[in-house]
Amino acid sequence: MTVQFSTEQLAKVKEIIARYPEGRQKSALIPLLHMAQETFGGWLDVPAMDYVAGLLQLQPIEVYEVATFYSMFNLKPVGKYVFEVCQTGPCMLNGSDQIIEYIKRKLNINVGETTADGLFTLKTVECLGACGYAPMMQLGKHYREHLTPAKVDQIIEECRRKAAELN
Amino acid sequence: MGRKLLLDKAQIEGIRFFETYRKEGGYAAAEKALKTMTPDEVTEEVKKSGLRGRGGAGFPTGMKWSFLAKPEGVPRYLVCNADESEPGTFKDRYLMEFLPHLLIEGLLISSYALGSNKTYIYIRGEYAWIPEILEQAIAEAKQHGWLGKNIQGSGFDCEIYVQRGAGAYICGEETALIESLEGKRGNPRIKPPFPAIRGAWDCPTVVNNVETLAAVVPIINIGGETYATYGTGRSTGTKLISACGNINRPGVYEIEMNISVEEFIYSDEYCGGIANGKRLKACIPGGSSVPVVPANLLLKTAKGETRMMTYESLSDGGFQTGTMMGSGGFIVFDEDQCIVRNTLTLARFYHHESCGQCSPCREGTGWMEKVLHNIEYGKGKMSDIDLLWDVQSKIEGNTICPLGDAAAWPVAAAIRHFRDEFEWHILHPEEAQKRNFGLAHYADPLEVLA
Repeated sequence: MTVQFSTEQLAKVKEIIARYPEGRQKSALIPLLHMAQETFGGWLDVPAMDYVAGLLQLQPIEVYEVATFYSMFNLKPVGKYVFEVCQTGPCMLNGSDQIIEYIKRKLNINVGETTADGLFTLKTVECLGACGYAPMMQLGKHYREHLTPAKVDQIIEECRRKAAELN
Repeated sequence: MGRKLLLDKAQIEGIRFFETYRKEGGYAAAEKALKTMTPDEVTEEVKKSGLRGRGGAGFPTGMKWSFLAKPEGVPRYLVCNADESEPGTFKDRYLMEFLPHLLIEGLLISSYALGSNKTYIYIRGEYAWIPEILEQAIAEAKQHGWLGKNIQGSGFDCEIYVQRGAGAYICGEETALIESLEGKRGNPRIKPPFPAIRGAWDCPTVVNNVETLAAVVPIINIGGETYATYGTGRSTGTKLISACGNINRPGVYEIEMNISVEEFIYSDEYCGGIANGKRLKACIPGGSSVPVVPANLLLKTAKGETRMMTYESLSDGGFQTGTMMGSGGFIVFDEDQCIVRNTLTLARFYHHESCGQCSPCREGTGWMEKVLHNIEYGKGKMSDIDLLWDVQSKIEGNTICPLGDAAAWPVAAAIRHFRDEFEWHILHPEEAQKRNFGLAHYADPLEVLA
């Protein structure tokens, strides 16, 4: 994959940098890393991080140390659909342990693993701020809440269907 | 029905959009502030209102504003803390999703009071769909002359920008948030200097929670003194409570701070009682960092008084017998829940979220998680309970930021009030894998044994 933002994205980069005081373009780092992750296959490899460093005139290490700090940045490849299931107290009280077990069995993977077809990755995450709608997971940009095994089945089917349509 | 100041119009269709919000009286407070009040008069109203920071610390907002340094020729910044990450808390999300203009209006008035021409909303990265909602509201406000240059002819300029975080609880701590806004790791700064003197990009900065800034709108609309007639004592106004756990009606509720905890849990206007007809065991009323209390100490104070949903009443008895209002993340446990397991999930949370700067927190949170894991999975020793107590006591107060305290308090409170449940886990490791301890010591002992 070529590590290069589109012309529209580069215009957005300029607009983001302009939000901060002169000479403080480093402030745009996290927004740009989000953009890079979305654009370059759902994770940040070294060329992607180096590219962002170049755009902001930073040393690559300044980018690596930030990318490694925040849990939303994936530093190794992930599946097309990443199930990020919350396991913190309020979700646990509403059965998140059972939901995680169910997904593990259903997809035949452990937490942190990706299915052989590259479609699904299972991650456990800490509180996502949906405690009243537990158990829940993040899938892409959105939350899936009030999870039950039946609902998990539906979500898996939905992802498979979408992937088939894209192929 | 309790009186509402923030969510009174939340159910109106289209309130998310400018036209409807304006038709329903929106931006009247901004108009009043910008056209008839000086910035200092706005701050004065906020002081009179008695508003306390809604993010968890409860610090008086007007006082925080008055600490802001105003050196000539140096920009000042207002930053809205929308990094809502405290387990049990999901109230700011509701405000931003359903009433984005209320937040934008609050931000505009507050920016005017503080002299911030560039104001930032720092929102947790996982709330990935909300920035679009906020940016749409910002664009609408700008289009109608409520943001941008010379707002409504007042001579005041203000732009609002939305910045996403990327998954780090610690960025809810204001100096970590500023570091993150500057594009760095979210390591809290040593204070002083406080952000009011040296914050974002070394300039004077105020960081306030979403709900706090939204509350500025009704304060200006009805006046600080009238706002202070809502609630009781030093708990003025209304508070958003996000209720979750084992209750019939989880969700976000706006309460006037004059109702009892019992009413909040059992009334159909709020939580609607414990789910599945079970009994109440315990509660963490203010987000995961505040002490868990058993039902008997939750509904009544140690002095036997009715426990109220106020800052003062919830903390009555200190940490020995009380707890805290915190962020309003209200987590309810039914009789079947396991305190050890819950404490383990919280210890794991704080271990995961520790930034690693201070050794007591970096090492201590991991140690506590490990020991709790052993107890939960039948490998605990009796001495582990005292070890946990010792570790938590050595984290508390020994770190740069309050995450250390936040990690220590849940463990301390669980041991303080539920030591017998920890002991039972250690003495009956096999049984503890199969069933839960049940109700704590305040219940009929026969029922516990049954």
